Amino acid sequence: MKTGHPETNDGVKKIHPLYFNIMKRRYWWFALSLLVLIPGVISLLMQGLNLGIDFKGGSMLDITFNKPVTQAAISDTMKSVGLEGPVQLSNGDTSALIRTEALEEEKRNELLKALQTNVGELDKDSLRDDKVGPAMGQELTRNALWALLIATVLMIGYITIRFQFVFAISAILALLHDVLVVVGVFSLFQWEIDSTFVAAVLTVFGYSINDTVIIFDRIRENEGKMKRADSYEDMMDKSVWQTMRRSINTSLTVLIALLSIFILGGESTKLFSLAMLIGVFTGSYSSLFIASPILLEMKKRMKKLRRGGKAVRV
Amino acid sequence: MRRGNIIKLVALVLLVAVAVGLSIKPLVDPEKGILLGLDLRGGVHLVLQAEPNEDGTPITRDDIDKAKAIIEKRVNDLGVSEPIVQADYNKNRIVIDLAGVTDPDKAVDILKTTAKLTFRDPQGNIVLEGDDLKDAKGGQGQQQGYVVNLTFSSEGAKKFGDITTQLVGQRLGVYLDDDLLTNPTVNTPILNGQAEITGYGTLEDAANHAVLMRSGSLPVSMSISEKRQVGASLGVDSLNRSINAGLYGLIFIFVFMLAFYRIPGAVANFSLFVYGLIVLWIFWMFRVVLTLPGIAGFILSVGMAVDFNIIIYERIKEEIRAGKSLRAGVESGFSRAFITVIDAHVTTLIAALTLFYFGTGAIQGFALTLGVGIVVTLFTGITFTRQVLRWIVGISPKMNPTWFGVRRDV
Repeated sequence: MKTGHPETNDGVKKIHPLYFNIMKRRYWWFALSLLVLIPGVISLLMQGLNLGIDFKGGSMLDITFNKPVTQAAISDTMKSVGLEGPVQLSNGDTSALIRTEALEEEKRNELLKALQTNVGELDKDSLRDDKVGPAMGQELTRNALWALLIATVLMIGYITIRFQFVFAISAILALLHDVLVVVGVFSLFQWEIDSTFVAAVLTVFGYSINDTVIIFDRIRENEGKMKRADSYEDMMDKSVWQTMRRSINTSLTVLIALLSIFILGGESTKLFSLAMLIGVFTGSYSSLFIASPILLEMKKRMKKLRRGGKAVRV
Repeated sequence: MRRGNIIKLVALVLLVAVAVGLSIKPLVDPEKGILLGLDLRGGVHLVLQAEPNEDGTPITRDDIDKAKAIIEKRVNDLGVSEPIVQADYNKNRIVIDLAGVTDPDKAVDILKTTAKLTFRDPQGNIVLEGDDLKDAKGGQGQQQGYVVNLTFSSEGAKKFGDITTQLVGQRLGVYLDDDLLTNPTVNTPILNGQAEITGYGTLEDAANHAVLMRSGSLPVSMSISEKRQVGASLGVDSLNRSINAGLYGLIFIFVFMLAFYRIPGAVANFSLFVYGLIVLWIFWMFRVVLTLPGIAGFILSVGMAVDFNIIIYERIKEEIRAGKSLRAGVESGFSRAFITVIDAHVTTLIAALTLFYFGTGAIQGFALTLGVGIVVTLFTGITFTRQVLRWIVGISPKMNPTWFGVRRDV
């Protein structure tokens, strides 16, 4: 059965009215990414991440009162039982988010009792109360990092077997780019990260690699059909554009699903879905504009090496 | 041929509709349906860390086992539907998950008590230890109020008889470590090993004390190193919001697929129902606990399921544009798209499996839902979607390609 791709570059251009040469402008995309990456990385080095109690330990109480309350009343009450920490009000000042050191049960009950008498009646059924010992937080990070590292090595192995080693490295670099963008943006804005952030980063990890491999598959297919005179650059540009509809449609559907969670999902999932939104958007972007251009750069360099440093037309 | 295919398609639609209709109730049943994590219905997650013994002796596997058994006993008294108590021998920890517990405060109160039970005379001397107590039960008193009924072992009964004989008219304190639990007065010598502590206002109070006395002391002292407590209504609120958000997301995807891909879009939406049904039943079958990160994994897998369809249809469009007939386009589009998808999905599956194997808690929940989702996506894609599309293009060879979203003129 013939499963050919008769489309030439002209064919691709005809289907996509907005066609522009992605590969030729690859340094633009690299620059654009660096524009986001560099501030993120600097911020990561300078101020780090705003780690929630999941990572550094502590207690966090999310309390809903029956009436609006004031920040001062809560802070004073905390002081009266010998505690301090930031208080954040929301929901028309009826919800208070209190962060403090890791509390023993007795201390926690003392605090709740004091809040009940001094600040106002609280709704026990809507209480959220997290306590994490410092050792546990480190474990979460360490476990996640190990798992990611091992997954990365295995994925490089698989892509190398099914494609080529350069494909694997390009895909992983694009993946690293996506994760760095998400982590960098969260550092830049000092949004607090908790254990669900790890899940969000994992989602980005899974999505980004999947999205990239789909495009690489088309490059692999077209690479096999290349004629001697064909330029690698044009072939890759064609491949990216051939899969463009799919790339756009898929990321649109996923982004809309995430957007509805972001808007309708409530406070507890806000930052979680935001991290995924940024990550999936970046993942879709990098599959088109980062992963394939990196692959092109590597292919070009390899070819030069193979020809003994002599520049060739690719 | 033509009529046969239409009948098959109609029968399939009806079958799926019936399956969806019949599945809703058992899947969302609060008792036997899909398990929800505590972030979605309230509850407590506790990690108890065994503290090193003061005298420096190492904590043995046996200690942890004993502690686990005692904690399990206490947990069972709380009446939670599916409590999870796991021991981590490497780190000397016990992990407790009580999703759906009605009074999390009380649960924590009972579980955190790791103390040693003793009976003491008014001077504070220990006269009897918890080991001698065989059973303790809360119940209705003979006169009024509620009581805790104590049963001692035969040896304990003898000791208790001696003590109560000595202490008639005095108080006999019941202590957990150094905290006084209750301080009853000895009315008469009790020689048969059956004692009754009176004076409880409610049955619940009596039962709580009974649990603490009965489960005795833990072999090692344990502290709470992690606690996550979510109020019931907060959990329900999160669940409702997630469902609501998911629903709107799905509706958009349905509309989008229909508008963009016409007939295949309808097939994709139809397949998505089948996909969702299979995934949810797998969750149900393997007692997968659904949490917020788990839902994220599920959404990602839905995205991939839709992606599989999009890849196939774009490929079919390409093949048709290249001059193939609808039927040949569907066949070659499918086989080519499958190669594309298999590599992408295997790569992601590798990530999911690694994360499941090496991860903990939230990471595992995410990896599991993602992994199940990927496998089911491939399965429904190559069996269900493909067959349905074959039947559709088999209806008539003169079907208009624009129904497949292809513009012939370009």
